[in-house]
Amino acid sequence: MIEQRPSEERRKSSAAMDEARLRQQAIGVRLRQMFDEVVNEPVPDEFLEILRRADSRNAGNGG
Amino acid sequence: MSGAAMQRPARAPSADDEGFKRELVKLIPHLRAFARTLCGDPAAADDLAQDAMMKAWDARASFQMGTNMKAWTFMILRNQFYSEKRRSWRQTQLDQEAAERTLVAVDDPEAPVALDELRQSLAMLPPEQREALILVGAGGFAYEEAAEICGCAVGTVKSRVSRARRALHVILEEGNYTRDGEPASDAMRSILADAERLSTVR
Repeated sequence: MIEQRPSEERRKSSAAMDEARLRQQAIGVRLRQMFDEVVNEPVPDEFLEILRRADSRNAGNGG
Repeated sequence: MSGAAMQRPARAPSADDEGFKRELVKLIPHLRAFARTLCGDPAAADDLAQDAMMKAWDARASFQMGTNMKAWTFMILRNQFYSEKRRSWRQTQLDQEAAERTLVAVDDPEAPVALDELRQSLAMLPPEQREALILVGAGGFAYEEAAEICGCAVGTVKSRVSRARRALHVILEEGNYTRDGEPASDAMRSILADAERLSTVR
């Protein structure tokens, strides 16, 4: 048996779905913004320093 | 000449290393961001990101050039995070507290309160849902890549992401986040207003 929803109800539920989708999009925008905020921070020197040290440790082997 | 198959570059480790390092350096900001979402506490997150960076560097010989290095380093970082976490159960509690505490106000007076609430709400999600949502929703990974990073099936990632989205929505809508004060759905309203502003700016 196929249930046929009254069209008004269907319209209502599709409006609710649009609303939900909009909200999800909004959350998505904020989520990316939150992440990008850290991505855009300047990288602390420490990171590059550590990498440099590892590098010279390698190169040091050659003499 | 027998063509492309023979053109494997002569073993020139330093040149390879240079290329690898350049790529790795480009990924540092992303590693830091991902670590921050796992740890909450910025200092602990940077420690984690540094450990992951060094692990990646040490394992560079096993990385297949041309494959997705971002996903590869994220996987290393995530493994590092969970293996440290296993060592201390207490950490879970600390992470949660740190995540809530560190939802530091951004120094931008224009920044709406909603970002703070989003962080708090995120902190309330189960970790596996949070990371799935972050990877797909903020990190720009495809479901397949996120599945690889998390070591689970693609379907699992999909369902975690959708559960996370629903839960986040409910938390924000009901104002259930752990901060007192703000009336119920203000956070959601503010997020919506802000998203609108952002999309028009762009």
